[in-house]
Formats: sequence, structure tokens, C-alpha cells
Amino acid sequence: MIVYFKWKFLRTKNDDYNNVSKFWMKIFALNFAMGVVTGIPMEFQFGTNWAKFSELTGGIIGQTLAMEGMFSFFLESSFLGMFLFGEKLLGQKLHFLSGLMVFLGSWASGFLIIATHSWMQHPVGYEILENGKFVLNNFSALFNNPWLWPSYLHNQAGSLVTSSFFVAAVGAFYLLSNKHSRFGKIFVKSGVVFGVISSVMLAFPTGDWAAKNVVKHQPVTFAAMEGIFDTEKGGSEIILIGQPDMENKKLDNKIAVPNVLSFLTYQRWDAEIKGLNEFDESIHPTNVPGLYYGYHIMVGLGTIFIGIMVLAAFLLWKGRLYKTKWLLWILMFMIPFPYIANTAGWYTAELGRQPWLVYNLMRMVDGVSPTVSSGNTLFTLLGFVGLYLLLGLLFLLLVLKIIRKGPEAKMTLK
Amino acid sequence: MEIFWFIVLMVMLGTYVILDGYDFGAGIVHLFFAKTEEEKKAVTNAIGPFWDANEVWLIAAGGVLFFAFPTLYASAFSGFYLPLMLVLWLLIFRAVGLELRGQVHNRMWEAIWDKAFGIASFLLALFFGAALGNVVRGVNLGMVENGVSTQEAHYFFLALWNPTFDPLAEHQGVIDWFTLLLGLVAVITLTIHGANWIILKTSTDLNQRLKKVIFKLNFVLLALVVTSACLWHYVKPFPLNNLQTHYWLWIFPVIGAVGLIGLFRINKFKKDSTGFLFSSMFIFGSFATTIASMFPNLLPSTNGVNPSLTVQNVAAHEYGLSVGLGWFIVAAILVVVYFVIQFRVFKGKMDDVGYGEH
Repeated sequence: MIVYFKWKFLRTKNDDYNNVSKFWMKIFALNFAMGVVTGIPMEFQFGTNWAKFSELTGGIIGQTLAMEGMFSFFLESSFLGMFLFGEKLLGQKLHFLSGLMVFLGSWASGFLIIATHSWMQHPVGYEILENGKFVLNNFSALFNNPWLWPSYLHNQAGSLVTSSFFVAAVGAFYLLSNKHSRFGKIFVKSGVVFGVISSVMLAFPTGDWAAKNVVKHQPVTFAAMEGIFDTEKGGSEIILIGQPDMENKKLDNKIAVPNVLSFLTYQRWDAEIKGLNEFDESIHPTNVPGLYYGYHIMVGLGTIFIGIMVLAAFLLWKGRLYKTKWLLWILMFMIPFPYIANTAGWYTAELGRQPWLVYNLMRMVDGVSPTVSSGNTLFTLLGFVGLYLLLGLLFLLLVLKIIRKGPEAKMTLK
Repeated sequence: MEIFWFIVLMVMLGTYVILDGYDFGAGIVHLFFAKTEEEKKAVTNAIGPFWDANEVWLIAAGGVLFFAFPTLYASAFSGFYLPLMLVLWLLIFRAVGLELRGQVHNRMWEAIWDKAFGIASFLLALFFGAALGNVVRGVNLGMVENGVSTQEAHYFFLALWNPTFDPLAEHQGVIDWFTLLLGLVAVITLTIHGANWIILKTSTDLNQRLKKVIFKLNFVLLALVVTSACLWHYVKPFPLNNLQTHYWLWIFPVIGAVGLIGLFRINKFKKDSTGFLFSSMFIFGSFATTIASMFPNLLPSTNGVNPSLTVQNVAAHEYGLSVGLGWFIVAAILVVVYFVIQFRVFKGKMDDVGYGEH
């Protein structure tokens, strides 16, 4: 979106858009710094905490991860420096180009990470040697993985929804508090336009594709996600609300709509969907309630996002949005929910794969570091919890400060 | 094929040490020598637009290590678990210190993040030096006790230190007197290196003082290098075997020596870039000498039971390594292009970049 604002500035020569772009750049720079410092531990973690997994599959997932390092991290970081400090040195057009490069880099990074993730969900192009090592025998299979594109597009739509809501919420805050209203309008407008497109795409087609993948390749995960314990003749109902009761293998207090799930999944009202009880318990997802709630929170919030954004877009089109206070309030308070939905989505993906580390091939317990004791991991876990809490607080504080000052504040990035 | 990836990995690590090395050095200079607000600004301006691109070399090298030598990656990262976590925390503090300092104009706020940045840089230099010491000294692979492995042959776990700080003990610690000595060498080397970068990139009064500092520190460094070379022989006998069979390898210690000796003429250099060139030569030379003397070992075993980890026995499978070659060449060309662009955009002195004022 920053790139979009910069482009708009180049087209219209309206300084407002350049200020807007710079304003979001400040927040982006903070975000990026936080992302870099918290991302490095993740790369280290493969080796430190999942040594056995790294040793056995490194020949494959190392491939996509090394590509990420070489292709996207260098691209992002070199051009981010120019984007942040080089406006005067570069001139406006090249400055825009450097922003575009940062955007490309981060989207490439997402792609390669999801490629790694997809291989763990749905391993392809490998063979297993006698010593248990996974070796690659088909490079292009990694990128033709049927799991890859749906997950990637779904993920990117999710991130676009998050930023749209964030931009719209800051705009709503400005309009409601009568500060920087000129910018408030720009924010709300662009946030809603981006938001309506991306939240619809989040459900259809990307969410739909991703879910169909799960049905096809991990039916037991799907049953747990949807909270279906028993296979039902004549079509399955879709669960809206209910609490899984693991002792008795059933769902309590459920509100459900008959046959819809069958239709959504197979486009037939009476299609049979296998329930959880049909599968051997040793391959049940380890944490069924967690998976079920993660999925339902994600889908529930996603539906609410569409509702709000469609309504807001309609009022925007009618020219009444900036005066409809109650909707602006809602937009403002929506800020945390896309983050919650994203996190719930990742929970769904990760819990859904368990007990497997590599689906159907390697279990979680077989992947951990053999020599690192639990006392040591607890020590470092506590350290990270403390450190990230501190970082999170500082981050919130500084973003709030930037927002309070607003886009008109002296913004020279000399 | 694995030899190719070995060279790639070492070149990337070497580049990392030279590039992020000056950032650590600048942090140390910031901690000890930059007194006024103007001088502190000069230091952060000099590294501001670069440090995070420099850190990427570490991440990318980690990626290549994972991809090309997964067994070594798994063994070393789980074995050096505790020091790696400390390094991560320090990297976080270094970055946060740099980025957050300018966000709020308040004396206490600035003082806190100045110290976070400086101390983290100092400790990182010390730790990376000690890390090299650990790799040179080797570890108890398979955690052998009384001649029996208690773990798989290529796994180990290192405590932060053992009670005697003795590098020759059966169960080594990350910190012993030998690795600490190499850590100290790294701190002094990178201080000089960082000071040279600041001289190259800025033009405050600090620079004249830094030249004197470099001149003095260089004597300390020379003494430390000679001492550690002798003790090296004590910890790992006959380190120069490879160099005696392959005479061309002597080019590395020679480059290192030229860099070190050349720095004594720091006050006579006409161009501001000469000092930086010499300290880079010293780092490159000593790093390459270490690797050349260890080859083909990557992580030596200190017991007679399990073999050392070598370039051959930890490499990934042939097919993956060959396919990787294709994308790697494309990526490497792109990286070079980015760096040329970056250095052209930010050429010359950086006195008014205004880093941290956004």
C-alpha cells in the first residue's frame, strides 16, 4: 500500500500522497526492524531446537530457505536502506522503484517460506535413503506442489486484509477525533477499497482452495477443523458454534446448518464427509479442540471482515461513509482482529499437521534436538517471552506516537 | 561439488565478518570513544543505512549452511545452543538500540539505547571471536565418556563454561581461556576496523582521535596475535600442516600480515579509505588462514572415538547441491548488483544522512 501511495503521488503530484507514503514508511520501518530481529531466531531455531529434523530434511527444506536468504532478504534489506534514507539522493522515480523492490522482496520471501511450509504439509519430489535422510530428486516439484499456491495466495490476502484494516482504522481515528481529517479521508478510502477486495479474496477463491486441499490430502485434519466426529449419511452439516467434548467424542451446544458443509466441499448437498471417529486415533491431530477453535475463529472473523468491508464500501460509494460515525467506530476497533485471525489461521495450519512434522512421514517427537535438555529450552523460552513482551510494548508505544503526530508532522527523511 | 559450496559458505561468512564487523566496531567506538552528541550521531550515520543489509550475510550464510551441510547445521546449532541464543538476544538489542534511539527525544531514553547498542556490539565481537576459538579447538562429538559415546556420533552439547576454563578438558565449555583470548583478538580487531570505517564515512573531530586510538591498539593487537598463534599450537598441535603441503596457501597469512603491519602507518595515509582497506585485509587474511589450516575439517572431534565433521561427511545429497548451483548463480549476480547500487547511492561521507531522525 505504501508503494500504491507513492505511485499515486507520482501520478497526481499531490504532496498529500507523498506525505501519506512517508507516514506509513515510518511505521513500516519499525515493523521491518521488529520483523528482522524476531525472524532471525526462527531461522536459528531449525538447527538449535529441531536438529534431527534439520539433519534429515535439510537437503530439501534447506533449498527453499537458502533461496529465501539469497533472493529476498538481500533484495529487501538493500533497497529498504535506499527507500528510507535515499529520497533526495535518488529522485522521486527511483525512490518509487526502490519501494517496489522492497515490496517484491517481501512477497518473494513469503512465497519461499510457504513453499517450505507446503512441503511439510504435503511432501513432494523426495526420496528417503536407507539412513533415513530425505533427499530431493525433483526441484520443480517443490514449486508445483498443489499445496503451495492456495496457501500462498490465502496468506497474502490475509496480510493485505490486515494492512487495509490498519490503514482504515487509523483513518477512522483521525476522522472521529477531528484531527488530520484530510488524511483521515484518504486512509479510510484506500483502506476500504483494498479491504473489500482482499477480504472477499480471503474467503473466495483462496480460502476455498486451501480448504479443498485439506479435504483431499488430510481428511482427518479437515474433520477435526470442522468439528465433525461422526460420518453422516446424506450430507454433513456446517458447525457455526459448539464445544468439542473429547471424552465422549461429540460436540456440545452446537448451532449448525444441515448439509451446507457437503455442498461447500463437494458442490453436492448429500456428499459424504468422513468424521473423526472413522480414523485411527494414532493419526488424530494432537490437539483437536485447539485446531477446531483456531479454524472457527479464523473463519468467523473472516466472515465479519467481509460484512464490515462490503458495508463500508457501499457507503463509500454512496458518499456517506465519512459521516456514518457508528461504522467508523467499528472500523477503528477492528484493529486487533485481523491479527487474531492471522494467528488463528497459522494455528490451524500447524495444529492440523500434528502429530506429524512432515505429513505422514515424520512425527514431531522424532525431529527434536537430541542433546538439548528441556531445562535449557525453558530457559531460552522464558528469555524470549520476556524480550518479545518488551519489544511488543515498545513497538506499540512508538506506533501510537507516530499516529498521534500524524502525517503532517515534519517528516523529512533528509 | 561440496568443495564449491564450502568455498561459497566461507566467502559469505568472511564477507559477513568484514561487513557486520565494522558495525560491531563502530558500536564499540560509540561505547568508548564517542563523547559528544555530534560524535555519536557521526557513528550511527556511518553505519545506519548499511547494518541491516550486512546482517543479511549472516542469515544467508546460515541458509546456505542449512542447505549444503545439513548435518553440520543440525549438529553445531544444537550443540552450541546456549551461546547462539545469547548471540540472538545481543543481535536484537544491537538492532533495537540503533533503531529506537532516535524515536524519542529524551536524555534517559537515548542513554539507555546508546548503552544497549554499544554493549551488545562489544559482546557480539567477543562472542564471534570465541565462536571461532570453539571451532578451532573442536568439541567432544558424541559426548564420549570413558571411551563410549553417549549420543549419536555427530551430536554434542556444550555448557557455557567448565569449572577450570580449560580448553583441553574432556567436556569443554564455550568460554575457556583460549576462546576468550580469541574473543579479545576479535574485539580489538573490530574496534580498529570500525574506527577505520567511521574515518572513511564521516568527517568530525572524532576521526583524528580515532587515528591515535588505532595506532595504539595495533600494538596490542600484534602482541595478542603472536600470543594466540603460539597457544594455538598448544591447543591444536601442528596447525600449519596444510600450508606445508600447499605452498600457495601462504598467500593468506601474508595478506593478513600486510594488513596488520600497514596499519602502523595510519597517521600518514592520504586517503581515508586506506585504513579500512588494511583492516579488511587483516580480517580476510587471518580468517582464510584459519580455514585453510583446518580444511577439510569443519568441526574437529576432540576424542578418538568419533571422527571430525568434514566437508565430505556432512554435505547434502549430490542432486540437491547441483540444482542449487543454478539458482545460486542467478541470486549471486543479483546480490552483487544490489551492492553496487547501494554503494553508489550512499557513496562518500554520510554526515547528513540524519539516521534515526525519522
